Amino acid sequence: MKTIQICKVIPLIVLLITFYSCKNDTKQETISTLTAQEAISESQKGQAFIDDDSSTPNVLQIAIDSPDHTTLVAAVQAASLENALVNAGPLMVFAPTNEAFDALPAGTVEDLLKPENKEKLATLLKHHVTAGNYDKNFLKKFKKLGQADDTNAIVEVKGDDVYVGGAKIIASIKAGNGIVHVVDKVILPTSN
Amino acid sequence: MKKYKFQLLSLFGALMLLTSCGNNNGQNTSSGALNSSAAEKVYVAPGEHDEFYAFMSGGYSGNLTVYGLPSGRMFKEIPVFSQFPTSGYGYSEETKPMLETSHGFVPWDDSHHPDISQTNGELDGRWIFINGNNTPRIARISLSTFETEEIIEVPNSAGNHSSSFVTENTEYVVAGTRFSVPIPQRDMPINEYKGNFKGSLSFISVDPEHGHMDIKFQIIMPGFNYDLSHPGRGKSHGWFFFTTYNTEEANSLQEVNSSQNDKDFIAAINWKKIEAYVNNGGGIKVPANYAHNVYDESTHSATSMMKKEVLTVNPLDVPGAVFFLPTPKSPHGCDVDPSGEYIIGNGKLSADLTVHSFDRMLAAIEAKKFDGEAYGIPILKFEDVLAGTVKSGGLGPLHTEFDGKGNAYTTFFISSEVVKWKLGTWEVIDRKPTYYSVGHIMVPGGNSRKPFGKYAVALNKITKDRYLPVGPEMEHSAQIYDISGEKMELLYDFPTHGEPHYAAGIPASILAPKSKKLYRLDENKHPYAVTSPDQARVERKGNEVHIYMSTIRSHFTPDNIEGVKVGDKVYFHITNHEQDFDVPHGFAMIGQNTSELLIMPGQTKSSLWEPKQVGVWPFYCTDFCSALHQEMQGYVRVSPANSDIELSWSLDGD
Repeated sequence: MKTIQICKVIPLIVLLITFYSCKNDTKQETISTLTAQEAISESQKGQAFIDDDSSTPNVLQIAIDSPDHTTLVAAVQAASLENALVNAGPLMVFAPTNEAFDALPAGTVEDLLKPENKEKLATLLKHHVTAGNYDKNFLKKFKKLGQADDTNAIVEVKGDDVYVGGAKIIASIKAGNGIVHVVDKVILPTSN
Repeated sequence: MKKYKFQLLSLFGALMLLTSCGNNNGQNTSSGALNSSAAEKVYVAPGEHDEFYAFMSGGYSGNLTVYGLPSGRMFKEIPVFSQFPTSGYGYSEETKPMLETSHGFVPWDDSHHPDISQTNGELDGRWIFINGNNTPRIARISLSTFETEEIIEVPNSAGNHSSSFVTENTEYVVAGTRFSVPIPQRDMPINEYKGNFKGSLSFISVDPEHGHMDIKFQIIMPGFNYDLSHPGRGKSHGWFFFTTYNTEEANSLQEVNSSQNDKDFIAAINWKKIEAYVNNGGGIKVPANYAHNVYDESTHSATSMMKKEVLTVNPLDVPGAVFFLPTPKSPHGCDVDPSGEYIIGNGKLSADLTVHSFDRMLAAIEAKKFDGEAYGIPILKFEDVLAGTVKSGGLGPLHTEFDGKGNAYTTFFISSEVVKWKLGTWEVIDRKPTYYSVGHIMVPGGNSRKPFGKYAVALNKITKDRYLPVGPEMEHSAQIYDISGEKMELLYDFPTHGEPHYAAGIPASILAPKSKKLYRLDENKHPYAVTSPDQARVERKGNEVHIYMSTIRSHFTPDNIEGVKVGDKVYFHITNHEQDFDVPHGFAMIGQNTSELLIMPGQTKSSLWEPKQVGVWPFYCTDFCSALHQEMQGYVRVSPANSDIELSWSLDGD
């Protein structure tokens, strides 16, 4: 008799456990909606977000620390490109100043910063990055640079000045993982 | 009957609920960390076994580590090019010869690219090969004992990097030089590099029965850097492909000076043609000096022999055997898809991948459509050999593996990700970040005709914050992805030992059944072995004292030895008489200027001790062999050099 009862009870227990685990699942779901914000922080995972104040500043930190590059940094953050700028490199970043962004037609920057234009913004920003680490003088040896957006930027030398994609290098700062060349214009990809 | 109905109904209900729960889970897969199925996929219950073996190169540890997939558990470190005190490899008298080279005893190397032997382009699991990068060597490791059996030095090479990849039937294991050097070596100015330094590509034949290696020929190429290589397979069997960089032949600050050319080359070598040429007496034998070290399982001992000659081939002497395929800027990885049609080379600073077509290459060669030559070697036109370009969206592509279902997986160092793309259409299907800055990727069998496309392991160069911090120096990180679906799923993250470069994976079902459990004592042919305890003895030859010793749970025979003098060279030759699975005995002598020995059942190992101080010195077993392990010890009485105490030895005072 006892065995029969157990036979009846087991499926019931299974049912109960299942209900219970489902309940747990709904709980998990609420957690996962709660962590919708955490999902954002999920995208804020990676080398760029390591708390480290002892290393030589990398190209991203240099831009973040520069009062003249707040627009560029906002754009990098909007495009979630932080991690691309903090790896071992070598990376050469052409960093347009706030003034350079201001010189774009009115509304351009605001437009690019819209979430729906994230891809477009990322492509534009990648056009400002070369895999390499060359100082201004050495850049004079190049006719063009292959940029991270998979297009080329023309290099021109005028007197002592070096222009990349039409933007003039006005300062250069060595970084832990490459070099930042400050430029006076936003470099727009040309179809090539 | 009713009872059963009730049960069935409840079960049915439970199943429905379970299914609906499962669906919920399915919808949640994108939520990553909260998804429990990733944990299930890597969980191997206690006592259960992994589905795959993964052999990770040990990089600057010089060794090879054995892991299980998907669990990421490490099972063994196989000593290859480095002394290994854990077992006494490179310290014991039997294994010291394994590390002999033309430069003398070299106790270390930088191991890079393991590759498992193949038959008909599929993994056969007989041996695994690995290259020593620093002092050019190739090692062969048995996949039944998981021990290094043979090491051959590669002459005329430096930075043995585009190695050690096997051809489809393991006809050859191939070793290309990364650094070109004067061949033969001579005293000359470094700035006369261009045109004078040469790069050698060595084809090392592998005896199909015993695996013994012999350099069949070396192709003496222009002085470029030969970076990585892979064999043709299927229709391209008979060819071998090597990426090159520094075709500028710069000799200083290569970081900038080797990046001047828009394109470097993939060298395509028709080795069958060259093999036929040398079989017909072609090639030039030149003096050389290189070590060939072979370990014999029956004597448990290695021998080292210096070879004095190598056969070289000038590629210009074999027309139609060597061609250059232009490939964008400083390509690194060189990978061939399972069909043998696509040869992938990636400019390591570029954003896209270049895929060459074997068929198009043959057609261009046939039509003699050349675009000049380099040192007499014809260069094909980029457009004529190109199959397609993968517009990846990533930066810094390095290496590609395949899943056997028409997909390729390429690592991107700079953008730190794995990109999955489709062969033939070149479309990008998926991308996943790696943590951080990935080098090689490994799919078990992923560079053979038959990949096992279930998991991919990304082998990263940078660890930083992935694990609990352990100071500035830390192990590298690896990530395992489930690649069985359309999208890759990151499952697990585990540390790897040394700096794993490449890795090789193989289903456990191929290797596990033939893994050796012990060495048979009745097959032990070691000259100093004692096969029964009554043979145990001590012999003196001048100032050499040879102790023929046996071990069994839990004592040494003999255990007490007298008559040893300061200045003697005392050799302990220890045979482990255990014939049970996993009962090693260890041996360590106080003050001995070497490592311990770990002696597996049926094995003999020898250790040298040169006592410097008078006294009574104990030795003991280092392996916890039984409950009475602590009792497993003995003494050696060391008397002054001029003492006349006769040799004697005992067990239990006999």
